[in-house]
Amino acid sequence: MGEYIRLKSPEELAKRKRNIIVLVILSAAIILAFMASMNTGFIRLSPMDLVRTLFGEGTAQQNLILYEFRLPRIVISILIGAGLALSGCVLQSISRNALADAGIIGINSGAGFMILMYVAFFPTITVASAFVLPVLAWVGGGVAALLVFTMSYRRHRGLSSNRLILNGIALNSGISAATIVITLRISPEQYQFVATWMAGSIWGKDWKFVWALLPFICILLPYVYLKSQTVNVLSLGDSLAKNLGAAVSREQLLLLGAAVGLAGSCVAVSGSIGFVGLIAPHLAKRLVGQRYQILLPTTVLTGSLLVLVADTLGRWVFQPSEIPTGIVVAVIGAPYFLYLLVRSKG
Amino acid sequence: MAVKSKQSKEPGLSSAAPDALESVGPASAAEAVKQIHSRPNVAILIILGGIVALILGIGVSVTFGARDIRFVEVWLAVFQYNPDLTDHQVIQELRLPRVLGCVLVGSSFAVAGAILQGMMRNPLADSGLLGLNSGAGFALAVCFAFFPGLSYSYLVLVCFIGAALSAMFVFALGSIAKGGLTPVRLVLAGAALSALLTALSEGIALYFRIGQDLAFWYAGGVAGTRWIHLKVMAPWIALAIAGAIALSRSITLLSLGEDVAKGLGLRSGFTKFMGTVIVIVLAGSAVSAVGAVSFVGLLVPHFARKLVGVDYRWIIPTSAVLGAVLVVLADLAARTVRPGFETPIGALIALIGVPFFLYLANKERREL
Repeated sequence: MGEYIRLKSPEELAKRKRNIIVLVILSAAIILAFMASMNTGFIRLSPMDLVRTLFGEGTAQQNLILYEFRLPRIVISILIGAGLALSGCVLQSISRNALADAGIIGINSGAGFMILMYVAFFPTITVASAFVLPVLAWVGGGVAALLVFTMSYRRHRGLSSNRLILNGIALNSGISAATIVITLRISPEQYQFVATWMAGSIWGKDWKFVWALLPFICILLPYVYLKSQTVNVLSLGDSLAKNLGAAVSREQLLLLGAAVGLAGSCVAVSGSIGFVGLIAPHLAKRLVGQRYQILLPTTVLTGSLLVLVADTLGRWVFQPSEIPTGIVVAVIGAPYFLYLLVRSKG
Repeated sequence: MAVKSKQSKEPGLSSAAPDALESVGPASAAEAVKQIHSRPNVAILIILGGIVALILGIGVSVTFGARDIRFVEVWLAVFQYNPDLTDHQVIQELRLPRVLGCVLVGSSFAVAGAILQGMMRNPLADSGLLGLNSGAGFALAVCFAFFPGLSYSYLVLVCFIGAALSAMFVFALGSIAKGGLTPVRLVLAGAALSALLTALSEGIALYFRIGQDLAFWYAGGVAGTRWIHLKVMAPWIALAIAGAIALSRSITLLSLGEDVAKGLGLRSGFTKFMGTVIVIVLAGSAVSAVGAVSFVGLLVPHFARKLVGVDYRWIIPTSAVLGAVLVVLADLAARTVRPGFETPIGALIALIGVPFFLYLANKERREL
């Protein structure tokens, strides 16, 4: 907290002001997207109706639509966006690779594989599965991430960021091969569920999924934020971080655990949504710069906005049918990724 | 050795190792010339041995299946076909086209991979990893959704277009990027492109409810191959492989590096263009038959290079033969693992390919 006592230069003050403006604008955009999303669907509600219902004066039908169908989904979108974006930000920092993301290093497919196994062996989706699935996804994603990280780690040389990504891509294709083998064995209904899951459709549309997701987000989000100074230091590189007194390997492992926890629990509810963890931190970096104390909140807001908008678009563009959110995000995200790839130097 | 006569005609050819040139500094270049050269004798042996193995593999693969048919009967079915017998029909209509399909597809993917690796001087190049296969796959998905019932000879052309668009895209990225695309970045670009195209294909599949049709196809299945597919596919593939062999000398020169190749009088632009066209035809027709099978094009050329040296005039035919053997064996294994149940060969080959990719990516030599 030392920096608050320090005298602030005008530039610093201007920057702080700018950052606050960015955060306010992002929040406002989320609220706008929230309103728009509330209004997207089979039954239209006028903005006045919406406000009235939100303040508890709507008709029974309006209450049902908003509180039981649309609101949980929107809340889930926001939570997922926050979680995935934050996990991407942390992964990029600890691997010092601007192209790292939960999807690319194999967390999503590891989690997806576990979910597929669960669906293949326990065909019915019950209430319990809302709580079992996040844990399973967590385990699958964790094992995948640990594999990729250990393969990319060299003694005396630390983590190699290029290897990390190559190994992640390889693991992804290996897991998807195994996934395909299992997919062909299961029944058509199960297949439909898994296929929709893989495409990243937010399938948990119930409040119970919100409750399943919330504890993970509520614990890990503040945890990572409290660690933001450590993240700052780690992003400087192993040797520099060590010289500054950070227990590099331990902190890396803890933060990796947090990132896997965030991504795994989100993926369990949302299905495999890639690229959020990649794009959101980049956009945030452009808006507020490299300091993680401000970068992390901005990333969280950007991610939430992104997923909320993607989900709304997915429901809106081809009404009455729905495009899975993951596909919308990939269609936005992959070109941006390619753009980053071309822009960045070797 | 037989190399001598060639060395007089094409100086410098024998040191044509992409990896050798990169890993070995100029100081030890002379050593590299001594160590690394092509081995035509070995190559001829391997190609002949490969063909024998291939014929054996085809024999076993045709004989083995859900229906128990004796080998004598298989022989008769192939050479004295009697349409009244069910056994003969099974052999002629199901198993023979399937195994021949494996042969064609295997050589296509392997040769496409060899050309890409030589041309781009990139050990991780493969039509699957670069997104060409998923480009063809996306084109197919579009076709299934909007023009259902299109005949196979058009589907092949559609796959060409899809593969060509992906290739153009990846190459364009390579030329825009600062300092070109390194192997890692090329693979990344391919992965992102694949992710995008797969997402779009999935969207189309979910929207038009053709997911079940596409799923097996994505996994790589040769079960559906019939004579009609072979008739359409074979001329394209034969032409492309012949073209690849005709182009192989230029590809060897390109694999030395573009400057060297130009210095030796090669029209590198023309070679690259022709090479790309051949790769597109090979990948497109193979994908149209079996779907997106990755890793054949990665594995086989590396293996061939280890065996016969770095001259693409030998690598390309060797890859063609070995690729065919690999896919025929993979198909045989896919049917043996659980009889009566089709394990997609794409998944099976990925199970071998992924560890190999990991090995390549993690070799201590240098940062890719």
